[in-house]
Amino acid sequence: MKLIVNAFSALSARLGLRSPRFYRCVFCGAPALTLVAGSVSAQSRDAADQRNVVVASKPFAESYLLAEMFAQLLEARGISVTRRPGLGATEVAFGALRTNAIDVYPEYTGTGLVAILHDTLPDAIAKDPRAVYSHVSRRFADLYGVRWLPPLGFENTYAIAVRRETATNLRLNTLTDLARESAELTAGFTADFIGRPDGLAGLERAYGLRPRAVRPLAPALKYQALATRAVDVIDGYSTDGLLSRYDLVTLDDDKRFFPPYQAAALVSPRLARRPDAIAALIPLSGRLDERMMRELNRRVEVEHEDVAVVARSALTQFGLAGSGAHPATAAPGDRDRGSFFRYLASRRAVMLAQTLRHIVLVAAALGAAMLVAIPLGLLLERARPAAEGTLGALGVIQTIPSIALLAFMIPLFGVGLVPALVALWLYALYPIARGTYTGVHGADHDAVEAVEALGTTPVQRLLWVRLPLATPVIMAGVRTAAVITVGAATLAAFIGAGGLGEAIVEGLALADTRLVLTGAIPAALLAVLVDAVLGLVERRVRPAHLRGR
Amino acid sequence: MALVGESGSGKTTLLRCFNRMVEPHGGEILVDGVNVSEQDPIVLRRRLGYVQQQGGLLPHWTVSQNVGLVLRAMGRTDARAVDDAIALVGLDPSVHGPRFPRELSGGQRQRVALARALAAGPQAILLDEPFGALDAITRGDVQSAFERVQRELGLTMLFVTHDLAEAARLATRIVVMRAGRVEQEGSMTELRDSPATAYVQTLLASAATLLEALRTA
Repeated sequence: MKLIVNAFSALSARLGLRSPRFYRCVFCGAPALTLVAGSVSAQSRDAADQRNVVVASKPFAESYLLAEMFAQLLEARGISVTRRPGLGATEVAFGALRTNAIDVYPEYTGTGLVAILHDTLPDAIAKDPRAVYSHVSRRFADLYGVRWLPPLGFENTYAIAVRRETATNLRLNTLTDLARESAELTAGFTADFIGRPDGLAGLERAYGLRPRAVRPLAPALKYQALATRAVDVIDGYSTDGLLSRYDLVTLDDDKRFFPPYQAAALVSPRLARRPDAIAALIPLSGRLDERMMRELNRRVEVEHEDVAVVARSALTQFGLAGSGAHPATAAPGDRDRGSFFRYLASRRAVMLAQTLRHIVLVAAALGAAMLVAIPLGLLLERARPAAEGTLGALGVIQTIPSIALLAFMIPLFGVGLVPALVALWLYALYPIARGTYTGVHGADHDAVEAVEALGTTPVQRLLWVRLPLATPVIMAGVRTAAVITVGAATLAAFIGAGGLGEAIVEGLALADTRLVLTGAIPAALLAVLVDAVLGLVERRVRPAHLRGR
Repeated sequence: MALVGESGSGKTTLLRCFNRMVEPHGGEILVDGVNVSEQDPIVLRRRLGYVQQQGGLLPHWTVSQNVGLVLRAMGRTDARAVDDAIALVGLDPSVHGPRFPRELSGGQRQRVALARALAAGPQAILLDEPFGALDAITRGDVQSAFERVQRELGLTMLFVTHDLAEAARLATRIVVMRAGRVEQEGSMTELRDSPATAYVQTLLASAATLLEALRTA
């Protein structure tokens, strides 16, 4: 897990460094081309400016809240906004921003320094919030054309937390104390933290922290895991609303290992050219302190108040709320009241829309995969020496973690429906191609040979013998692919493609189990339903002699 | 005409050279006086019916569909020809026609395979151990159907067998093969009266021993 995440972030960083330089070289060499390309890009830039401003967040409550504040600030100035909350992790969100697939999301200077730039600064600078901010501002502008707006006013550093009794029993106050006892403790860290150089790997280097076991946990689940003693140590954020709820002790970073994590709006190259949008966002800078942020987070994570409502109340408090604008989120703020079934009923419109979106994702990806994989399987049967190699390569795609594959799509296709469809399509290819190849390859050899010796053409043999006899195996592959795709499509929410994963990602981010269930239950039912429907289809296309008569 | 020999003697390979399912390394095979290597394999195969040891019927097609295969491959439909071929091998088109192969006995399936080879009116039929996979009683029935077809249509039928007695019963000319070479060619009488090699003699002796054992039993 760790290895994959590390390798991936290194890879994406390298791609990120390389591509602007590459394009610059290409255009320098061809002045005429530059002119043409310049005028074309100027035109498309004008067209792109008409597009809604895309406000995104990472999948945790504070990020949702800050993004919602950004969105409401923009709307108050009459700027149309598209919300894409809950994008994967740092790689996904930043990858999307750099390529203008999204326009603004809340980021932290320390994350930019360590996880995106991979820069190592001299200690004196690395510990100084202002120096770090000016360093990342300059470097991001140079490398990516991405702009950091002035800090929002609070720092949200990693807070390594333990249960109060653990702290008392083992006399833990600092991370040095924790490292001393770490061989006896089980850690539950987010995947992001496990993979980042300023995460587990750095703690191991700086403090010699080596937990007995490290469990990757979703951000919202780690507090519960800690409270129920499933793990002993977690990585929290210093502004988490849940720290107080579970009576946890955060340990002092006595060696000043973590860099400053000042929160700020990170702005895409495209949006950086829009003064009206920048002017709308900047008034929030310097207004949020740590105590206030923790309180806002608590209202969302513990009280389960609606994100839009909490964001609005904060902006109103600052005198920044627009009069005409209204929260776009339809969900009411009464999540905790009433029975679960009444709650489901209150969300039925959203659930229906997400389910339909999910079905569209699955159907489109699966249909496109069948169009490619079935002919591919047939082709491979004709070119057998290439078959195992090709199928093996498709099989390798299955081993790429979904989130990594989704992140990989962003530089190529941005965020939203298209990259999600491409990723789901890639996942669906293997079972269908393998099923087709195996089915056609294994078709009754005597029958195929006899029919060939009787003077049939290859096409006739394919349509009359191989394909019909292979349908049960092909359909088995299609059903497998369909069920996998229904599951994988829940992850498409991480790159803003919507679907039932949206409720799951948001619910996990906001520690709202009921919200998670409004995505998970329909997704599970959909998987069963899709399998059953395809089972009926399979009966219909089954070779005649196998059909019930 | 029968190709007789033990396993691995090359009789099936030689048979498959006739319809270009196998390409010979040397020598030439003439069908209708023309070297097969100069004939389009698909056209050639449609003119030569083919029956396999295991039948090779399409399991998802009915008997009628199977028998109509070569006609359909040529873009023709001829229900009469299909029914006639089914009747000729001793099956009832209205009873057996709509059935699937797995609803038939082994002997019936082999007859359907024969009917399929006949339905498009070929000039000759190639049969690869057509009775090899059948038990003794069924084999007799299918052999009778084979003889009837031969009698009624007067077709050239070239079949492969390892059983000299079977060849003697069904063929007018016999080719004995061993290790890829022809040992002797001629009628059963010619073979009996003047066996060309020691192998032919041994083959005749073993067949005679079997007949002797049957007579005295």
